[in-house]
Amino acid sequence: MKSLAELAAIKEKMQNKVVLREGSSDIRVVVGMATCGIAAGARPVLNAFVEEVNNLELSDKVTVTQTGCIGICQFEPVVEVFEAGKDKVTYVKMTAEKVKEVAEKHLKGGKVVAEYTISNV
Amino acid sequence: MKELSLNILDIAQNSVKAGADTIRITLTEAENKLTILVSDNGCGMKEDFLRNVQNPFTTTRTTRKVGLGIPLFKLAAQQTGGDIKLSSRHKDEFPDNHGTEIEAVFFTDHLDFTPLGDIISTITVLIQGQPHIRWIFSHTTEKGQINLDTAELKEVLGDVPLDTFEVISWIGDYLKEQYNEIGY
Repeated sequence: MKSLAELAAIKEKMQNKVVLREGSSDIRVVVGMATCGIAAGARPVLNAFVEEVNNLELSDKVTVTQTGCIGICQFEPVVEVFEAGKDKVTYVKMTAEKVKEVAEKHLKGGKVVAEYTISNV
Repeated sequence: MKELSLNILDIAQNSVKAGADTIRITLTEAENKLTILVSDNGCGMKEDFLRNVQNPFTTTRTTRKVGLGIPLFKLAAQQTGGDIKLSSRHKDEFPDNHGTEIEAVFFTDHLDFTPLGDIISTITVLIQGQPHIRWIFSHTTEKGQINLDTAELKEVLGDVPLDTFEVISWIGDYLKEQYNEIGY
């Protein structure tokens, strides 16, 4: 059974990292989580981003956050990627599978996956 | 919505938007009845807004003029023979005791009952998105009870944020084990 002691161990492990994380994220992934997004499948998309960012060890560089309705409900799930000094990238009709590709190519590799962006629908 | 847990995720966002610092999600199952209660200490709604909030053309969103969160939740309850009940105290009138409660009753043996689905995922997503809010989750079933209060976790974690990947996945596993324990 999971115990709070285990959580205390996580705390020990994480404490050193926390200092590094503060304000150092240069990429922000924002998932639309209003009624429209949730109904269209935003929950697994968000979970996939959280997992992939961890798998690819990008936690110091990328933060995954949630927002309300972005205003283009017919394209949900919608994900916006913000990076300092670059244009915002809007991914539409996202799925957990597409997230894997976006994480690998865009968040890690720096190359936008054009076919999933709004300019390509 | 394919799962009631998705409606819960959606409805809880209203509490987040209302500026609540504590949000309770309480599920109670007894025989053929499931009661879902979401309550918060947010700003509350004024009477005229509360009266109209079940109407799809009442919304706080600024991107369009329709809000389907509560109507969809209501529909899901009513199609099983149940209903929703809303009560709210606006901060102007109740400065020390404001907030909103939404309670939905579902009859689980009805053909049109939407399954609860992945409630664990809903809880972890809510905590990941709003780690500064105190989330109190409980699910009472006929087999036993599941509990989570992020204030207790914060006491252990100190300044390690709740939205740290390791913490979020611990919370998911913690809930999973509680469900396994009671054989739900």
